[in-house]
Amino acid sequence: MTSIRLLNFAPFKGCVIIVIVAIDLPKTRSDTVVLTSLEILAFSFVAGIFGALLGLGGGIIVIPVLTLLLGIDIKYAIGASIVSVIATSSGAAVAYVRDNITNLRIGMFLEIATTTGAITGAYIAGLISSKYLYIIFGLVLLYSALAMLRKRHEELPQNVVSHPLAKKLNLEGSYFDKVLNKEVKYKVAGVYEGFGTMYIAGILSGLLGIGSGIFKVMAMDLFMKLPMKVSTATSNFMIGVTAAASAGVYLMRGNINPEIAGPVALGVLLGATFGTKIMQHLKNTTIRKIFIPVLAYISIQMLIKGLGV
Amino acid sequence: MEKETDKDLEVKFQKENEELRTMELIISRALNIGVTTSAIVIFIGLLMLLLTGKSGYPTGYYPFSPAEILRGFIVLKPYAVILTGLLLLILTPVFRVAVSIITFLYEKDYLYAGITTLVFIILIISFILGKVE
Repeated sequence: MTSIRLLNFAPFKGCVIIVIVAIDLPKTRSDTVVLTSLEILAFSFVAGIFGALLGLGGGIIVIPVLTLLLGIDIKYAIGASIVSVIATSSGAAVAYVRDNITNLRIGMFLEIATTTGAITGAYIAGLISSKYLYIIFGLVLLYSALAMLRKRHEELPQNVVSHPLAKKLNLEGSYFDKVLNKEVKYKVAGVYEGFGTMYIAGILSGLLGIGSGIFKVMAMDLFMKLPMKVSTATSNFMIGVTAAASAGVYLMRGNINPEIAGPVALGVLLGATFGTKIMQHLKNTTIRKIFIPVLAYISIQMLIKGLGV
Repeated sequence: MEKETDKDLEVKFQKENEELRTMELIISRALNIGVTTSAIVIFIGLLMLLLTGKSGYPTGYYPFSPAEILRGFIVLKPYAVILTGLLLLILTPVFRVAVSIITFLYEKDYLYAGITTLVFIILIISFILGKVE
């Protein structure tokens, strides 16, 4: 009965296959496992889409869903979220790198800062309790929402003055925007500020188990003044590398539970692949408008949980 | 005079763009292979787990270290199969960086070959640090 309800609820290939298997199963202890797996798959698919669209790495959705809705320990949720970040990144990068939206040079250059930051963060994480993680995470999300709200009308960055280092490092580039139907050439400002924020983004990634893609997108958007799509695609490319830097630590620590991280990885991979197709046909401003309320809502929920109200 | 310089730059820019393009295609293809393989392995592991209802390990336990995961994978313990897929997935960004070094070298872009190598070294260090703990 429940399996059938979930079949309607989950309109995705992978889920449907598992649902069919689930219906054939005799009633065993794995029934609840199947249901949980399906729920995780479905939510992860959605997380993958949003992650690919916004360069965030599904962690921002996966952690709240796992902990708040499914009641899974934050310890495993963080491990699953690291996996989700890598899945979003790798799943989305296939298309974004191929279509030239990702700026590989900017990505690699900034990656120096984020990977060092991620190592720092992963070691601080063991020293902080779940309660504080919720509060920090909630505040991070709330801040992100406000930052996005301020930029809601901007389609492409205007009057950008190139940073001297940007020329020297050959960071400038161009991409074909399918919505504007033209080749968009862009300059790169604020290289130092961008680099600094990337280090902090790396620390957050190691600390919270999220790719802190939002910080990466913000650094590229606010300081380096890249077009939004380039920022999200490049962030998407980077978050996986940063997350991989801390994933090793989380794996050894036993945070990556196969029963949770497995379905998360599958769902997110499918979702991210799907998300890359949608992203190219959306306006930057549209993406922002959809996501701001979602961010605000989740951040408040996390804060409530952290503060124990 | 001015015009000629602009034109030269334009040609140089185009050539660089084409080189970058080839590189992007190579990286994208390499990534696709890694991602698809890991997805298939995770899917198979998950199916095994759901079909048999057995994880291959005592209740509540799952392997942590890559060596233990691979040992379990060889004898096809469902948890170990899922974790092998996850391990492959975790390695795709590392793999992506490694492929980038080679392609930057191939393009004779030594500055970025250097930058990417640095990133790669930091990644390796972080994996080792994780092991030490």
